[in-house]
Amino acid sequence: MDVYRQMRTIRVFEEKLSELVMAGKLAGFLHLYAGEEAVAVGVCAHLTDRDVVNSTHRGHGHCIAKGVDVGGMMAELFGRRTGICKGKGGSMHIADLDHGMLGANGIVGAGIPLTAGAALTAQVKQTGGVAVGFFGDGATNQGQFHEALNLAAVWKLPAVFVAENNGYGEATPMEFVTPVRDLAVRATSYGMRSAIADGMDFFDVYAKAGEAIAHARQGGGPTLLECKTYRYFGHYVGDPLTYRTKEEADDWIQNRDPLKRFAERVVREGLVEAGNLERIDREASERIEAAVRAAEQAPFPDPAELLTDVYVNR
Amino acid sequence: MVAAINEALHTAMRGDPDVIVLGEDVAGGGGRADQGIEEAWGGIMGATRGLLKAFGPARVRDTPISEMGFLGAAVGAAATGLRPVAELMFIDFIGVSLDPLLNQAAKLRYMFGGKVRVPLTVRTSVGAGLRSAAQHSQSLWNITTGIPGLKTVVPSTPADAKGLLLAAIRDDDPVVFCEPKSLMFVSGDVPEGDYVVPIGKANVVRAGSDVSLVGFGRTVQTALEAADALAREGTSAEVLDLRSLQPLDEEAILATLARTGRLVVVDEGTPRCGIASDVAALCVDRGFDLLNGPVKRVTAPHAPVPFSPVLEDAYMPTAARVIAAVHELG
Repeated sequence: MDVYRQMRTIRVFEEKLSELVMAGKLAGFLHLYAGEEAVAVGVCAHLTDRDVVNSTHRGHGHCIAKGVDVGGMMAELFGRRTGICKGKGGSMHIADLDHGMLGANGIVGAGIPLTAGAALTAQVKQTGGVAVGFFGDGATNQGQFHEALNLAAVWKLPAVFVAENNGYGEATPMEFVTPVRDLAVRATSYGMRSAIADGMDFFDVYAKAGEAIAHARQGGGPTLLECKTYRYFGHYVGDPLTYRTKEEADDWIQNRDPLKRFAERVVREGLVEAGNLERIDREASERIEAAVRAAEQAPFPDPAELLTDVYVNR
Repeated sequence: MVAAINEALHTAMRGDPDVIVLGEDVAGGGGRADQGIEEAWGGIMGATRGLLKAFGPARVRDTPISEMGFLGAAVGAAATGLRPVAELMFIDFIGVSLDPLLNQAAKLRYMFGGKVRVPLTVRTSVGAGLRSAAQHSQSLWNITTGIPGLKTVVPSTPADAKGLLLAAIRDDDPVVFCEPKSLMFVSGDVPEGDYVVPIGKANVVRAGSDVSLVGFGRTVQTALEAADALAREGTSAEVLDLRSLQPLDEEAILATLARTGRLVVVDEGTPRCGIASDVAALCVDRGFDLLNGPVKRVTAPHAPVPFSPVLEDAYMPTAARVIAAVHELG
């Protein structure tokens, strides 16, 4: 039930952030992961702390799925000293190397070569680890995507590149800017293994990510795994959503929601009682509320922190 | 200087299994024993020759011509436990590969609240003088120096090249190591063994009392030539080699200014928003009371590097221009 707990924690975390921004309590750009939970959780369920993930501007879900402390994340978003990055990173730069989280990234596509680099470390040092890079459909038009995939393929790096295809790059629909419908085909030109998963279905993501990660771990090289998904809140909190119809959003949210589908399936198959899931939902909400209370009460950074950690040795 | 760089790389790789070398042609097609090709290019200048044979293909990697991809990978590798030395063949190629340096290597540690180190060294060749025209001759150290989180060093002698490169590789911050093309085949004594020159310390290479000539990389030689000529006129010039542009040894600059009261800074780069302007600003800001005249800048012009030897020679700062600047100071 850990995976359901993680998905619910991500959902509640993101819904709470939307509420806090609307109430004027949080500053900065926030790109929410709600709707895509099955992807992060389905992939990260195969990983341990020796494995590294790299993320995007829409990174909260990956952080939570990789085990980053939600209290530290919330404090970071409030810009507090107790934040996971001491209040210096904010939403787009949450990182926690202790849990193999090599950072969200504010530059679209920039995390993909970093993922290749983390996989290079695993290969050279023979750690047995793999590196997983998450990125959106928009990033697959960046040079960094193509250069990193080429490099990872030619060096047979233990990496998995997870394209979260949510259909939009910021406000622009994919078909305006990308000439293929399935991003997975882009692996072909690098002689790379690829797969497509229903990103709204935890079990499908889990199965296909498992194959890709096992392949990488055994020295078989990288995979491009495309997960078809949807971002409920649009590009960022406050997005007017003028580029999509209400019908389209309702269809994804009501008929394909990954949490709802997961719950229905496990209850139907008798794997878990509905009451247990409701208890997890309550606990997740309480956990996030507690994180908000703690963050609001935490101290801001000391002004002297402005110049620390620019260099290791100045 | 190529041999000194090669020696530093061998020393660093022998001493630390986490040091890897990657870049275009760093092995250069070597390692094909089945075809009788064990050693090949070893880098465009030969600086990485012999590394493949000594340390094997896992640690010495030819990359695609894909600077953004392999520099980004080098950043990711540095952040996760390796100590990569990446070769950006010419600093001009920073145009297709800036993001890994600008937004990743330079900022990860700060953005992550100090919880990561990025011990990356980027070796790159800089400067004019090889008749290679506008896209293979630039001195873009002002770009890397201006990015907080990066360090930028420029050796002027083979000994410094060895010592500064070893220091750069062992430094826990990302360092851009600029190799002046026009000095690559210059000879000089190089200390044996594990020789390190600390980053951030300028070097008084010639003592003097009438005027300070501040240079780095190739322009140290230019300044020394000028100092010789000035000595014949009865002017005693002190020559300061900055060695490192970030961190900048501000105290050494102010100290030489205090000794002479007059300063000329010589930079092979372009004049706007450049190192010479930076040094001049420092002198005015923190050393105004020490100045007996204006600070003079001798730089390349605000123009691309031309191909024709006649034009390129006119482009580069010369001893004659340094001497003229000193004469202007009276």
